[in-house]
Amino acid sequence: MASKTASIAPPSAVEMGARQREISVSEFFTKNRHLLGFDNPRKALLTCVKEAVDNALDACEEAGILPDVIVKVEAVGNGDPPPPASQATRFRITITDNGPGIVRGQIPRIFAKLLYGSKFHRLRMSRGQQGIGISAAGMYGQLTTGKPVQIISRTSPRAPAHFFEVQIDTKKNEPHILEKKQVDNWEYPRGTQVTLEVEGRYQKGRASIDEYLEQTIIANPHVRLTYAAPDGETREHPRTYAELPPTPREIKPHPNGIELGMLLKMLQDTTSHSLAGFLAADFSRVSPRLADDICKAAGLSPRARPRDVHGQAAEKLYQTIQATRIMAPPTNCLSPIGERAILSGLYQQIKGDFYTAVTRPPSVYRGNPFVIEAGLAYGRGPEQTPAAPEKAALPLAEGEAPTSEHELARVIRYANRVPLLYQQSACASYKAVVDTSWRNYGVPQSRGAVPAGPMVIFVHMASVWVPFTSESKEAIADYDEIRKEITLALRECGRRLGAFLRRRERAHSEHRRRNIFELYIEEVVASCNRLKGGTLPIARLKEQLQRMALKRTGGEKTDELVGRNGHGPEGLPHSIIVTAEGVEGDVPLAVSPNGAAAVESPVPMTEATPPSAPRAGTRRSKAASSSRATSAAKRRTPPRAKPRTRAKRRKG
Amino acid sequence: MARKRPKTTAVEKKLVSVADLVITAAQRSKDPTLAIPVRSLANVTFNPRNGLIELGKRKQARSFFNVGMAKKFMQTVLVADALCELQRANLTTSLREIYYRTKHTIKNSHENTLDTQDESDPLIEDLEVTLAALREELHVRAENAGSIVGPLVLADDGDRVDCSRLGKGGYSVPSIVEPEYLDIKKCTADFVLLVEKGTQWNRLSEDKFWRRYNCILLTGNGQPPRGVRRLARRLHEERKLPVYVLVDNDPWGYYIYSVIKQGSINLAFESQRMAIPKAKFIGLSSADPEAYGLPRNVGIKLNDKDVSRARELLGYSWFQKKDWQEEIKRMLSSGLKFELDALANKDFQYLTKKYLPRKLKEEDWLD
Repeated sequence: MASKTASIAPPSAVEMGARQREISVSEFFTKNRHLLGFDNPRKALLTCVKEAVDNALDACEEAGILPDVIVKVEAVGNGDPPPPASQATRFRITITDNGPGIVRGQIPRIFAKLLYGSKFHRLRMSRGQQGIGISAAGMYGQLTTGKPVQIISRTSPRAPAHFFEVQIDTKKNEPHILEKKQVDNWEYPRGTQVTLEVEGRYQKGRASIDEYLEQTIIANPHVRLTYAAPDGETREHPRTYAELPPTPREIKPHPNGIELGMLLKMLQDTTSHSLAGFLAADFSRVSPRLADDICKAAGLSPRARPRDVHGQAAEKLYQTIQATRIMAPPTNCLSPIGERAILSGLYQQIKGDFYTAVTRPPSVYRGNPFVIEAGLAYGRGPEQTPAAPEKAALPLAEGEAPTSEHELARVIRYANRVPLLYQQSACASYKAVVDTSWRNYGVPQSRGAVPAGPMVIFVHMASVWVPFTSESKEAIADYDEIRKEITLALRECGRRLGAFLRRRERAHSEHRRRNIFELYIEEVVASCNRLKGGTLPIARLKEQLQRMALKRTGGEKTDELVGRNGHGPEGLPHSIIVTAEGVEGDVPLAVSPNGAAAVESPVPMTEATPPSAPRAGTRRSKAASSSRATSAAKRRTPPRAKPRTRAKRRKG
Repeated sequence: MARKRPKTTAVEKKLVSVADLVITAAQRSKDPTLAIPVRSLANVTFNPRNGLIELGKRKQARSFFNVGMAKKFMQTVLVADALCELQRANLTTSLREIYYRTKHTIKNSHENTLDTQDESDPLIEDLEVTLAALREELHVRAENAGSIVGPLVLADDGDRVDCSRLGKGGYSVPSIVEPEYLDIKKCTADFVLLVEKGTQWNRLSEDKFWRRYNCILLTGNGQPPRGVRRLARRLHEERKLPVYVLVDNDPWGYYIYSVIKQGSINLAFESQRMAIPKAKFIGLSSADPEAYGLPRNVGIKLNDKDVSRARELLGYSWFQKKDWQEEIKRMLSSGLKFELDALANKDFQYLTKKYLPRKLKEEDWLD
């Protein structure tokens, strides 16, 4: 009946109004889970692991604790014994950290309410941004397996651990507690453990959990990670860098980075009584004098009540702010990985002959400060290189060519230390790699492709707000300022690689030069002897020619060139060169197993810390000393790690 | 060794001189260096007085202690060694066999002395020019890639070959036709007709054209090999026979003619013995399609390569005669090339019955 009437008479506004109602975020994302990275079972499994690990690391670092993370993924049978990992469709994911723990009252909302968290409202660099991730993972589990999220958390060895089992009420976007109890004998003194049961597929290779964790280790060498894979294997990744990244500080928004609507809202919400006071207090880099100037330029009284500024006046104010040159935002809200740590990560995880890393000076897009870091690992490592000629032991027949591999470089991308595994070609960093002309640095590259060769290219963007192309955080948006910084960092890496390759080639060719003559002398002497009817004093001719060959190839000078006298990688800062003879450069020192001491004595980085606060401190003073950090960046050569580390050693 | 053949030939001595060069240089602590005459267009000149392309004086140094040249120098010595071996054993061989003879893996390495025949072939030419020895003298022969038929009696290794009694197939011209190997016993022909393609030679041979016009029919199947060129030259020189050349009407046909007439750029040093400066170009001329009523649709459009080659020919000093400039420009402006085979469009025997008789009667040829 109803449908009949509907087809006869279109619904009235009243009828339509009856159907209009609020949509909860959780409902929205239940229907649109692909937006959050749950589009297929394989990716969903990875996303769940990723969200939980990111949260664990963020929590540890914020509390100044060197992270110890245990990731366990196991196949679950639906009542039956679990099938092999490759065929399983259900998995239980358990992630345990040694972080600060969560207070009892917040646990349900953190894990079972979308858009709830500590990170969204702060301008500070962290892995998570919106407060969607882990709750969405829980929701996905609930949707596909009906199982709730289980959490155990303990805030100190003296406090008891709390166990929660929560579900999300998708209609209201509120947590629904199924069970809560106190656990007396939880094995860890402090930390949080999350258990999710989700539908998924486990597959190794590209964009797998294994790859994600491996890449996480590269960018976070300060993490100790234990990974129990679904196939029953357990892999331990020890800590290779015993220093926590400096804690990033929270900053106020920069006037250049806000939109008009945001300004209107801030005008309403402020606690300041005057417009000038509001500008100076609620924004970074606006001094009282500058605030007065802005007000005057906008034709407003500096003493006006912020709440009274709206409409035309507010728009004028906004335009004036945008037109005013304001010092770039402070950059101590950022915590780049640092050249030494990147080097250490690459060196430990990837076999190669040459490693280098570059941290760019901070820069700004849309009022958000950011830092680009790039790294490079090149070659197959000395263990594998000498094996190649052995295969070619057979002399080649006509038309046979020595087999050359056409391997393309691998680009590993990070945003705020989190590996990005999907949508590579949509990412600004990948585009920058493709657009860099690697041929200038002696690496082959086809048009519109990544360079060829045994090479891993590392790109990291650290920012208070990384502009992702989608909610699932897979690719960095292509802002000109970001692209430019990435390109500059890659070029610096490329130059160092080029210098290394040229040096190696020179040594090689000197070597070859001498070999050529030595090889051919045999042939020439034998031929001459035959031509002369076998009557030639062979030894004498050979000796005469060899003496000349030695003279022509520079004698001992060649030895020097070939690098037999062991000089370091000159002119190649922050680089490691690995040869069959050994390793030279900024080789990371092995971390003693009891580096755990640092866990108990975190280094809180407060404003009060004098210039000794190594990284952030030097950056801040430099940025402050010039009117604009960006213009200063242009003049400054990339910061060197050496003085920094020396300062550190003196301290410790 | 040397006792078996006490007399060393002049060529052998020349080859051994390569070894001497290395030995003396080594004794004086000098870089062993071969001076090889440059074989390129830049180093050849056309001598209008004798009508030959001659090699200039420019030489390139090939020295051992130079990374770029070391391997080539070594290979050159190796090839000289192989050639000397041929001399001593009194054998002849092919370019390809020389390549195989000299190829081996260098001791204590995975490197071959030579990788392809393309590396050894130019070295043999290098040695020919450097030592002023002909390829035949070096005992290197080419394929038998030519045929001859006509009123001619030859003596080959003591066998009497009567080229008028060899049916349609004729006698296969060996690559070495020096008097010591091949003797012209008797020749009653009035002229030599050198045909570019085997097809037309077969047509003429089948139709017994040579009997009717008392001539020698010779073909080299494309660019004539040295044996054919040398035999034509000997017939021209020893028997005073005029030589007429019948080729396709395209830039490559013109060049074949010019090689027969003046010698080639690459082997300019052999012009003296090979070239026939008085050879005449009988066809196919770019004027023929009109004169003989060949329809336009049996032509082939000149491609870019043809056009650029034709332009190159226009620039060669031995094509500067007015008639030749006109001939080539006529082809370029028509934009078409014609194969000899296109004459079959009129009649299968058009070549034998109409085209050549009329050409010979009208003496319609280019010099």
